[in-house]
Formats: sequence, structure tokens, C-alpha cells
Amino acid sequence: MIVDTQGQALSVLSKLAQADWPDRLKVRKSFEKLVYSGSRVSFRLAAGGSRNTPRAATDDLFDLSLTEEQQMLVDMLQGFALEVLRPAAHEADARAHVPAALLNQAHQLGLAHYGVAEAQGGLAGERTVLSNALIAESLAQGDFSLAAALLVPLSAANCIRRWGSSAQQAAWLPAFISEQGAPAFALAVTEPGVLTDAGQPATRARKRGKHYLLDGEKALVIAGLAASRLIVSAQATDGPALFIVDAASKGVSRRTEPGMGLKACGLTRIQLKGVKVSSECRLAGDGFDFLAFLDYSALAFCALAVGTAQAALDYVTRYCNERQAFGEPISHRQGVAFMVADVAIELDAMRLLLWRACARAEVGLPLRREAYLARLLCVDKAMRIGSDAVQLLGGHGFTQEHPVERWYRDLRSLAVLAGGLHL
Amino acid sequence: MNLETPRKFHGLQQQAQQVAKHYFRPISRKYDKVEHAYPKELDLLAALLDGMNEGSPDAVGAGSASKRGAACEQRAGNKNAGNMAALLGVMELCWGDVGLLLAMPRQGLGNAAIAAVANDEQLARFAGAWAAMAITEPGCGSDSAAIRTTAVRDGDHYILNGEKIFVTSGERADAVVIWATLDKSLGRAAIKSFVVEKGTAGMTVTRLEKKLGIKASDTASISLSDCRVPAANLLGNAEIDVQKGFAGVMETFDNTRPLVAGMAVGVARAALERTRELLICAGCRFDYAKPLLTVTHAEATLYRLEAEWEAARLLTLKAAWMADNKLPNSKEASIAKAKAGRVASEVTLKCVELVGALGYGEDELLEKWARDSKILDIFEGTQQIQLLIIARRLLGKSSSELK
Repeated sequence: MIVDTQGQALSVLSKLAQADWPDRLKVRKSFEKLVYSGSRVSFRLAAGGSRNTPRAATDDLFDLSLTEEQQMLVDMLQGFALEVLRPAAHEADARAHVPAALLNQAHQLGLAHYGVAEAQGGLAGERTVLSNALIAESLAQGDFSLAAALLVPLSAANCIRRWGSSAQQAAWLPAFISEQGAPAFALAVTEPGVLTDAGQPATRARKRGKHYLLDGEKALVIAGLAASRLIVSAQATDGPALFIVDAASKGVSRRTEPGMGLKACGLTRIQLKGVKVSSECRLAGDGFDFLAFLDYSALAFCALAVGTAQAALDYVTRYCNERQAFGEPISHRQGVAFMVADVAIELDAMRLLLWRACARAEVGLPLRREAYLARLLCVDKAMRIGSDAVQLLGGHGFTQEHPVERWYRDLRSLAVLAGGLHL
Repeated sequence: MNLETPRKFHGLQQQAQQVAKHYFRPISRKYDKVEHAYPKELDLLAALLDGMNEGSPDAVGAGSASKRGAACEQRAGNKNAGNMAALLGVMELCWGDVGLLLAMPRQGLGNAAIAAVANDEQLARFAGAWAAMAITEPGCGSDSAAIRTTAVRDGDHYILNGEKIFVTSGERADAVVIWATLDKSLGRAAIKSFVVEKGTAGMTVTRLEKKLGIKASDTASISLSDCRVPAANLLGNAEIDVQKGFAGVMETFDNTRPLVAGMAVGVARAALERTRELLICAGCRFDYAKPLLTVTHAEATLYRLEAEWEAARLLTLKAAWMADNKLPNSKEASIAKAKAGRVASEVTLKCVELVGALGYGEDELLEKWARDSKILDIFEGTQQIQLLIIARRLLGKSSSELK
């Protein structure tokens, strides 16, 4: 397959060259370096180089450092998160809507490139799980809900790349990094029942000749109403499976499903009644593993939680140093300072469990246990951090004058969402 | 990024695991029962360990966890050196028995201090000596800057006077590293450490504590009465550097706190593993697949404990990795110690609860681990002291602002 990868890299570069916000954020330099290092891969590819960059044998030392490219990615996206997302977050929450301009800027960032394999002109190589986690973590430092909304296209691309056959990848993925952009996808995984197990979806897929008929209900689907394509999990006779469903299909009905938080995400309830889906739309990559699909989904939310918990730590650190009571900053009191210390401890713990699961995934080690424990810890600790952040700001934390009440609402979602994003 | 244990330490881990399993565990209960009896079995083991360390660049034990160790490796780039090696060894050995590890000859904190701050002459002179560490006094625990033991220069000697308590292996060790002040009016900067050899006139062991746990390890009170110590036994710089202040003495903690965190991780793993075995016998299943809400309460509890334990383990590895790579790690060392200390208590206590009467009885070691673990959230800086250190760093506060 001949893919114009040079052209792809150059088109990303040119879009950036035209945009003005990278200058405003003073991130153009690192941005260009990033695109350059990404495009190097493409250029090498185009020159007929080997696809597989083998892992060095000496690479097995314990190492917490990020690669140069990962560090650039983090620097750039943190800038974007703090300068662009954070100021937009309050209104997006109030209006339950992501501004189109923001979506456009996010598209310019070219994040979807990290979900599309090199063969299709993207930047996703063998080791992209951690980069994906870092993207989510960095964006969520701006705002959880906006970050989640912006990550949907990347998640869909990741999902198709990881679980689709090569034919399905070739059919669907190039659009994600094309000029006009991919059709809007959403991942419909979570179900509305009480005490459900996402590993055993209640949604059924019955085989009828060359088609499947889907019946069931999906809850809290991120960007579900805006989507023209849905990736739906359903129980087939041969096990749980994923289907790409045209959202306009007969039998699909959708309504907004506002929740406690994630307001900007356009949460959607989706009903599927006898929805006819072609067999070709069942994701059928080699080594399809539904439980692993859920693991990568869980890790995406862990990454968002880590980013938002970091934002909360930074926010309360500053607030507690500025806020005066009894003639001195409240941070001079152990009752306050120790809560801040605990936030830092548990945040670091969350991050290390997340990173370890990602690092294992990148080298093909099993991640079942690591993802499970990471999710468990992040669900507990992130909510604790969200709650403590509100507490540390006292009555002010309870008002919408500060972002902590929004993060409090958003972070609760970690425990209830089984899918919707994907690393 | 790689957060797995590197292959080059697998041999070390296996050796330590063998020692823990076949040497410590069989005598674990015996020395829990006979407090103050010296576990003579340890002599042979200590000799073996010394031999292993001589022959191995990745030495295990108190002496290898120092910046000196890291400095030996010249290679540029990411390093996994002495701090991580010592940590991994300690984790395995404390899976066996924390008390016995603490009672190991020549592996005391005094040895860590000597390894970290002694000059070359002192290193040579004290090579092979088993050194205990004496910081705490009856009137000062966490507030080590308030030390009242005095050291007064007298010719080629210092004369030490004061009382020390909670000295691990204070009676058994060949020497004790005593913290004393040269001038109380100058505060922390004047605190120095002195190697006082056993038998030095004026130093006497006045009592041995009876404790909640780690009974295999002796905890002594030491009285210093006009105890003359050669001036050459002062560790580090004899000058009182008010600028640098306490930092010199406290530096040792950046290397030893991850080790204590490692002890906590080790004993907690022992409890987790045994509890899991017993729960599986009782019909529990652990496949990391079902949502936490749909498994039994016992299973969910163990999952939670395991996640906390993993967090403690990774935070501890991080602190040691930073030390090996000469990254400033005071905050991270305290984070590791704080997390691992509280997690070890929570895990070992909960494990007793999870297996009920079996866990509480002396037929199992679970109740012992639940007693042993408590000290790990206390010595080398209590939970609360770690939180203070972390909070001061995060908030940019001095010790006079955030008290």
C-alpha cells in the first residue's frame, strides 16, 4: 500500500502554520519540533524504511522518564489545556456544549494522528499507549469534561486501529486525519442497569444472514447525539463484540441524558431496537479481546482523572497559600496542609499505576491486573481528591466561582463509565 | 518508560526471597516469642551477605543505599543502582520477617549513615563494624533538632553526655552512631553524629524495651556519661555550617526512608499473599475481571488492599530510582514512606480481619505481621512528620511557618 505519508505530515504542519493560537500560547516551537519528530517517522516510512522499530535489548531498566517527544507533547498540550480549555470550561459546563471553535482548534492539534497507524498516514507506532495517556492527562489539566469531549475522535481511531481488521482499518482510519475530518464517532458501551458488568453486555447482537440485529440500551454516551457513527458493544452468540453502527439507522433512538457532571460531553441515552448492522461492521481484528477493550477504556478515564487531580492539586496549593484566616495563610495549619499533602501522595499513586499499565501494554505484557487495580485506585482516590479540593476552599469551593465543584461532579463519573473513550 | 523490575536484579531478588522463605520464616515465630534473645542464626547469614556484597556490584544492604553507591556508576543516562538494589533486597527480606532484617548484623541504620557521610579514613576504619543509630531521646522524638545530648571538644576527643532511647540493636552492635549537639544555641546546624564503639567508657545500655512487634530486633536505651570519643569519629564536617544547617544530617533520610518504605511493602505483601491463599480456600476468586460491585465483599476488600499496596510499591521504587539518578528526592522519599507506612498497617490489620479467628491466632503469622508493621509508620519519621515534609515542599513553607 502506498500512502502519501509525507503529504499527511506536511498537511498537519501547514494547518498549524496558518493557525494563530500556537503563537499566542508560545508553543509554536515545541509544536513544530513535535510535528517534525512525528513526520520523521513518516518520512522514514515513505523512504521504505522498516515499520518495526525494534525495542533495544538494554531497554529493560526501571525508568520513569518520558521520551523527548512525549515531553514535548505534554508541554504543548498542557499549554493548550491551561490557556484555552480552562477559560472555556465554565461556560461549556453551563451551556452543556463545546464551542465549535474549540473543536476546530482541537482538530488542528492533530491528536487523531496518534490514533491512526503509520500505514494509514498517522503517527501511532508500536508504543503509543503511554503517549495517548499523556495526551488525556495533559488535556484534563484544563478541564475533565472538555478533555473527554475532545478525545472522542482519537478514542474512536484507537478503537478501530486496535480492534479492527486491516481491511476495516484501511476503510475507516484515513478519514480521521483527512482534510475534511472523519465522521463524528461515539463509543456506546456503558449500560443503564444497576449492578451491570460491562464485560457481559445486556445489549444483544443476533446474527441474521449477513447482518446482525442489535437490541439494547446504552447510557451516558459521550458526544452521542452529535455522532453519525456509533461503536456499540453487544453480546453476540460467540461472545461480546463491537459494531460500527450508522447512527441514522432505523431502530436507533437518542435523547440527551444530562448527568451530575460531564456537561460539556453531550451525554446521550441511546436505544437500539432491531438495528440492522452489516457483518462487515463487526470489528474483527486478529486477537480481538473484549476485556482488553474495556481495560484500555478504563485507562483513558484514569488518565483524565490524573490530569484533573493534578489541576486540583495545583489549584488548592495556590488557594491555600493565598487565603488568609486568623491572620495567616490557611496553609500554615496542619489540618489544611496535611490534606494537600495527601492529595499529592494519592495523585502520584494514581499516576504510577496508570503509567505502569500503559508501559506494560506498549511492550505486550498482560495488563489485565494492572488496569483493574489502576481503575480501582483512580476511582477511589480521584473522588477523594475532588471532594477534598472543594473542602479546602470551604464555602467558596461549593460555588461556581471556582472550578473545583465542577471537577467534583466530573470525577464521580469515573466510577460509572465503562467506556466512551479509548487509549 | 518501564516500571517493571529490571532483569539484572532478578537474581538478587530470588536470593533474597530464598533467604526470607527458608531462613527467616522458619524462625519467625520463635524470636517473636523470646524477645531479647539474639537470633544467632543471623551471624551465618550476615557473613554470607557480606560475601555476596563483596563479589557483586549490585550490593544489597544498608551500606549500598547511598549517594556514594550511585556515584560509582559512571555510565550516562538512566541508572538502576545501589538504592534500587538495596530496596529490592529489603522488600524480599521483609516478606520474610521485618524484625529479623532489623536485627541483621552490619545492616543497621548506623551503617547506612557511615556509608553515606563518612570520609575515606573512617570508611576503612569502620569497615566490617556493625553500627546502630541513636537519634531519639526521652524528650525528643520526631523533633530531632531538639537533641539535648551534648558533645564538647576536649583536645583530640569529644565528651558526650545524654540519654538515648529506641536504639535498634543498641546492645548487639559493635558501635553506635550518636547524634549530639556541639552548641545548643546554634540549633540544628550544630548537630553532629559520632561513632561510639562498644565498650567505650561512659556508654552503657540501661534497658531493653518490650514492644508490640519486631521483637527479634532489640531496642535499647543508652546512657552517655562523660563518654570520651576520639575526634576522628565525628562523621562528616566538624564545622558548624549555619547556612547548610541540618541538611547534612538529614540527607541520610532521603536514602533510608525508601528502605523503610520497602520494609512496609515487603511485610504487606506477605500478608496479602497469605490472605489470598486462605480466601481462595474459602471459595474466593481473583480474576481481575468482574466489576468491584459484583464480587464478594471479601474479594473487593482484597482488591482494594492490593491496589493500595501496588501504589506504595511503585512510589517506593520511584523514590529509590530518583536517588540512583541523583535527582533531589526528599519529597518523594517522604511520599513513599508516608504511603507505604500507612498502607502496611492497613493491609496487615485488614488481612487479620479478612481471615477471622485464623488471622488473629498464633498458628498463622498474620497477627504478627499486623504487629510488626506498625513501627514502619513510626520510625525514620512518623506518618505525620512525612506529611509535614511533603506539605512544606508543596506549599513552599518553612518549618517556622508550617509547624
